[in-house]
Amino acid sequence: MTKSIEDYLKAVYELTLDGKAATTTEISKALNISPASVTEMLKKLSERKYLEYSPYHGTTLTKKGSKIAEKMARKHRLLERFLYDILKIDKIKVHEQACEMEHSLSDDAEESLCRFLKYPDSCPDDGKIIPPCDLKIDSCADCISLHNKGLEEVGKNKQNLVSINKLKDGQNGKISFIRGGHKVLQRLLDLGLTPGTKITVTRIAPLNGPIVVSVRSSKLAIGKGIASKVFVELEN
Amino acid sequence: MNCLSDYSEISKKTVDKTDVRKLTIALAGNANVGKSVIFNQLTGSNQIIGNWPGKTVDRAQGNLSFENYNISIIDLPGIYSFSTFSLEEIVSREYVAKEKPDVVINVLDASVLERNLFFTLQLIEMEAPLVLCLNQIDVANKKGMIINKEILERALGVPVVFTIATRGEGLYELIKSAINVAISKPKSKKIKYHADLEIRIQELVNMIGTKKFDFKYPPRWIAIKLLEADKEIIKLVSSKSPKIVEASYILSQKLSIKYDEPCFSIVASERYARASMITSSVITQKEVKRSLSEKLDWVTTHKVFGYLIAIGVIAGLLLWTFIVGDFLSGLISDALSFIGPVDPDASGSIIGIIWNGIFGGFVAGLTLVIPFVIPFYFLLAMIEDSGILTRVAFMMDSAMHKIGLHGKALIPLILGYGCSIPAIHSCKIMESRRERLLAAFLITFAPCAARTLVIIGLVGAFIGINWALLLYGINLILIFILGRIAMKVVPGESTGLIMEMHSFKVPSLSVVGKQTWARTKSIIYMVFPVYIIGSALIQVLYALDILTPISNVMYPITVLWLGLPVATGILLILGVVRKEFILVGAVALFGTTNLIEVFTPVQLITLAMVAMLYIPCISTIVILIREFGWKAATTISLANVITAIIVGGLTYRILTLIF
Repeated sequence: MTKSIEDYLKAVYELTLDGKAATTTEISKALNISPASVTEMLKKLSERKYLEYSPYHGTTLTKKGSKIAEKMARKHRLLERFLYDILKIDKIKVHEQACEMEHSLSDDAEESLCRFLKYPDSCPDDGKIIPPCDLKIDSCADCISLHNKGLEEVGKNKQNLVSINKLKDGQNGKISFIRGGHKVLQRLLDLGLTPGTKITVTRIAPLNGPIVVSVRSSKLAIGKGIASKVFVELEN
Repeated sequence: MNCLSDYSEISKKTVDKTDVRKLTIALAGNANVGKSVIFNQLTGSNQIIGNWPGKTVDRAQGNLSFENYNISIIDLPGIYSFSTFSLEEIVSREYVAKEKPDVVINVLDASVLERNLFFTLQLIEMEAPLVLCLNQIDVANKKGMIINKEILERALGVPVVFTIATRGEGLYELIKSAINVAISKPKSKKIKYHADLEIRIQELVNMIGTKKFDFKYPPRWIAIKLLEADKEIIKLVSSKSPKIVEASYILSQKLSIKYDEPCFSIVASERYARASMITSSVITQKEVKRSLSEKLDWVTTHKVFGYLIAIGVIAGLLLWTFIVGDFLSGLISDALSFIGPVDPDASGSIIGIIWNGIFGGFVAGLTLVIPFVIPFYFLLAMIEDSGILTRVAFMMDSAMHKIGLHGKALIPLILGYGCSIPAIHSCKIMESRRERLLAAFLITFAPCAARTLVIIGLVGAFIGINWALLLYGINLILIFILGRIAMKVVPGESTGLIMEMHSFKVPSLSVVGKQTWARTKSIIYMVFPVYIIGSALIQVLYALDILTPISNVMYPITVLWLGLPVATGILLILGVVRKEFILVGAVALFGTTNLIEVFTPVQLITLAMVAMLYIPCISTIVILIREFGWKAATTISLANVITAIIVGGLTYRILTLIF
């Protein structure tokens, strides 16, 4: 895995966060590389199954690609927090510095950094959400207690947390945590979406529409944007 | 006990004048649990609907004579929590804490007990004298839930009454129980939370208790709110003792670190943990077949049928308005025909002229509100109360996002097809000012009943109903385009949709009637005075022949750009007061009902297009100023005028090629 592949995946990841495919122009702008070179690289990455590329419909990540990209985004944003909060580096400079460092940060170091920074949830310069870690734990509190038993134990529990907008109709999960501003969070909590609560997705509106979640025997419609901030652990 | 005997017993009891005692009861609970039905059943027509002082939140108050009690009943807004994120929540908690009603009846949807108990626990924290009213108990039974009343009463230390409000069942017992609480004033039971949280609450309660502050709120509630970092309460407490706020901050930080959650989330989780525990101990769940409500739910949110139904509902609503409106307005016009057509009268004494204007305005209001607006709002309230509208909003959410709004904004927009006034009023359901502003802006473009009259009268009658429908279609596209532009121009981010999907139910006539009346009333209060004063004023201007010079000044726009006769300038000025005056005015001005003799088809369509889009009527401008201020109202009005001029001119030029 080269640094440039990671950069491409990360760029596509950020551009497709709104659920729409990324265009070549957008990617070329984001990476500051000519559209011709971008097209060539996208073709290569698509052959290696990191992403799906079509000249007309744009580019989206495959599951494989999105996993790497999410990891990169997480490392990048954690590093930004570290550079800004701890090293007190200027807000404008942290992004560029983090871009360089993210490629060399190991997974173990990433996990330690997260613990050291007291589990931040957004990055300093643009407030973007830090994707959750892929360890199988209920909350960051469990991470602390598990960590006392040694790193291996944490590693053994590797598992994906999913945001509820990615669940399929009828799929259920247990709420792990919710990201977002105080107002939205309070609303969701008031309506019963507290951590540990079992929810079932009972309806998904087409065209990137809202979803219906069944929680505590009531039904809630939640827009896609908010749903992407509610993370659940899948029931087996 | 059947429902009839129940209800009549309440009203039948004669009041003994010698020993009348006064009581105040507040109804509190989540939205859509049947609170309003109970309120209507108890107070009948004996209601005053107003605003909470200084707030734009509706306040409903009514009276009930029961045995020898004169009971004043307050219907608090439907809310899920006592946080400070909405005016409704602030109004409710201030009322319960400061006005101290004798009893608070907490109305719950029995079929969603756990979620509803979350709010009950907060009322208990407030130490409000409580009676629990488990409403829609029949729905819960249908869902296979058997609720044990005694266990619930013991768990909460509060009397519980089962009711089916739509049929009046249990209401007698409910009031009896409320009076009992008011007389005996039982000490409320404290619901203790998890030890980690409870210790910290106690610590703060001790700090608050040792000093004699007069906070109005109970110390325990203040302690919990401090831990939740409630802004209002922090402000209140820090004005008297910053030390307590500091202490609460440290305590909440400790909790926050221990559980790795913000403290307000810990408190909410804890309340739900209690609610969940209580619920599972009182409910026995039996297996049941899929109910009709669930089947309806399935079909109305289906990816194909859902859209068809959504479009069908909106189209049906408008169609119903046209058909019923046309029929009723025919009847009313016939009945009023002896008065003669309403037309600007230039002769006679000045008093005669003014009177003619006043009367004309009154008649115009009447022929608009009764045939068009009331039937529209009646059916809309039925759709709303049944739960269908929520599904339509759900299906339309992604489309609404394209114009920077979410699904809930559909409700004010649809209201706008009746009249802009209640529509803009109802923008309150949106969360942020930006969304309220965006929705109100688009509402000013929606063809309201008055504009529909003009479109049908000018285009539908003389050119064909297809052309009238085409204008409607173009209007829809314009609303979409303008929405896109406004979304980009108005700063801020769109918020997402969070909306409860209630079970389907048969709409309650009393609630539907009340809703229809509330909306109609806001038109009558706002529109009638403006209609009457405006008409009289226009009449005078017309008689003094001031309008002709103004319309001559408008010559470059009306004649050169829009291709209309110069006299339409007068019509457009008249239309600012009342849109349908464009139609009536045209008939009077040109002295014929057969307008096709004096206008070309192109001119009729262009005029209808301009009438549909240009400047909101005076009443709308007034409510825009009231809700959003001068600046926003002016900007919106200007945007209307500019759009009308551009689109009107284009229409004229394109149509000249076709005809």
